[in-house]
Amino acid sequence: MILRLILVLMALAAGGCASLGGDDPRDPFEGFNRGVYRVNDKVDQYVARPVATGYRKVVPSEIRDRVRNFFGNIGDIFIGVNNFLQGKFADGFNDWVRVGFNTTFGILGIHDVASDMGYEKHDEDFGQTFGRWGFGPGPYLVLPLLGSSDVRDGIGAGVGIYTDPLDEVRGYHTQYALWGLRLVQTRADLLDASRILEEAALDKYVFQRDAYLQRRRSLVYDGHPPRQKDPEDEPDTQNDGKKPD
Amino acid sequence: MNPTPRTTARSLTSLLAGLAALLCLGAAHAQPEAPDVLVKNVTLEVVDIIAKDKDIKSGDRAKLIQVIDQKVLPHFNFGAMTALALGQNWNKATPEQKKRLTEEFRTLLVRTYASALAAYSEQKFEFRPLRAKPTDTDVTVQVRVLQAGAQPVPIDYAMEKTASGWKVYDVMVGGVSLVANYRTEFSNVIRESGIEGLIKSLAAKNRSLATPEQQAPGKK
Repeated sequence: MILRLILVLMALAAGGCASLGGDDPRDPFEGFNRGVYRVNDKVDQYVARPVATGYRKVVPSEIRDRVRNFFGNIGDIFIGVNNFLQGKFADGFNDWVRVGFNTTFGILGIHDVASDMGYEKHDEDFGQTFGRWGFGPGPYLVLPLLGSSDVRDGIGAGVGIYTDPLDEVRGYHTQYALWGLRLVQTRADLLDASRILEEAALDKYVFQRDAYLQRRRSLVYDGHPPRQKDPEDEPDTQNDGKKPD
Repeated sequence: MNPTPRTTARSLTSLLAGLAALLCLGAAHAQPEAPDVLVKNVTLEVVDIIAKDKDIKSGDRAKLIQVIDQKVLPHFNFGAMTALALGQNWNKATPEQKKRLTEEFRTLLVRTYASALAAYSEQKFEFRPLRAKPTDTDVTVQVRVLQAGAQPVPIDYAMEKTASGWKVYDVMVGGVSLVANYRTEFSNVIRESGIEGLIKSLAAKNRSLATPEQQAPGKK
């Protein structure tokens, strides 16, 4: 069902853009991407943003913190897996300790007691793991509904969806309700950021793309990316193969 | 720029605010503050002001911008930021264009910064010890914003030592350099409509943001 919706949106997007040739080497599919971006933006404007805004108005921040923590705790399981896959065993161990403490003392994860104990939350996913293994990002992609991505992270996102612990939830109603709640919570957490983006950018598409690419590069190297050549001289399309320290 | 009474009044207030800030700084610090100490002091001071000011808390954007003008701006080198964001195009601009570009870019950055600050809600800061030699003139000051249930967000300030103290010339939030992020946008606009075109679109952007309650609902 969702797959079909995504295909329809992709077709719409492809139809909506004819020529817009991309001249940025990191974004050869710019015309197509801009089409998808426009559709996503409409969906966001008329559905996601109003729902998230309403959610934030109605639900007190105390409760929203609990919801964020609950899904964050579920996310920590595979954040740990990815740290192990990247050979960062101490970090992976940290993540699973978090799950242990938060699930028990934190009552099914709604309280992030582990952070208070000094076990920091990490940000890892399969895209970052592939990056750590040496795969470059490949061309930038805007995915229907999911937004900014690239070939590597798109595949990573696919693996992430496939291994999503929420898939294990019995009963479609509960599963869809949880999916929906997680989506709304995520969008609500991004309301400030997206408003700042609106204000800061001359061309939202370009601004968001460049921020995404910078952000992901930083994440793959855990905040210490190797120095990059000046993009004015020579736009760098993939990481230069150097491993972080 | 055509000075309307309102903008004149505003620039007068910011001038006064700037003067006041200058005097305070002059009195308090004969010796230039270490960059990490500077970042820490300014951050904590601004956050404290915001937490206590009822007007700002209830969304008075003009007042917030005034605080930023007064407390934060003196520590930024907008000329350097604009030059970096323009890259090679900077050399093609006339001194007059450079001045206007810096002016407009600065206004945009201050507005953006105000929005970011307005979204601030009691997150804690962790100020990292500076890893630099005393002789260094170009350092990165690292701050992390901590929030339960989320990964800490690193904010790095790239700072350069100048005759008038340490100045910030780039801010990196979560690994995203603000200056670098404007580079592609700027060069796209310049390729299409030249330096003048960029000044115009920055000015238009700033005008559209000048009326705060009138949130732009999408482009077309």
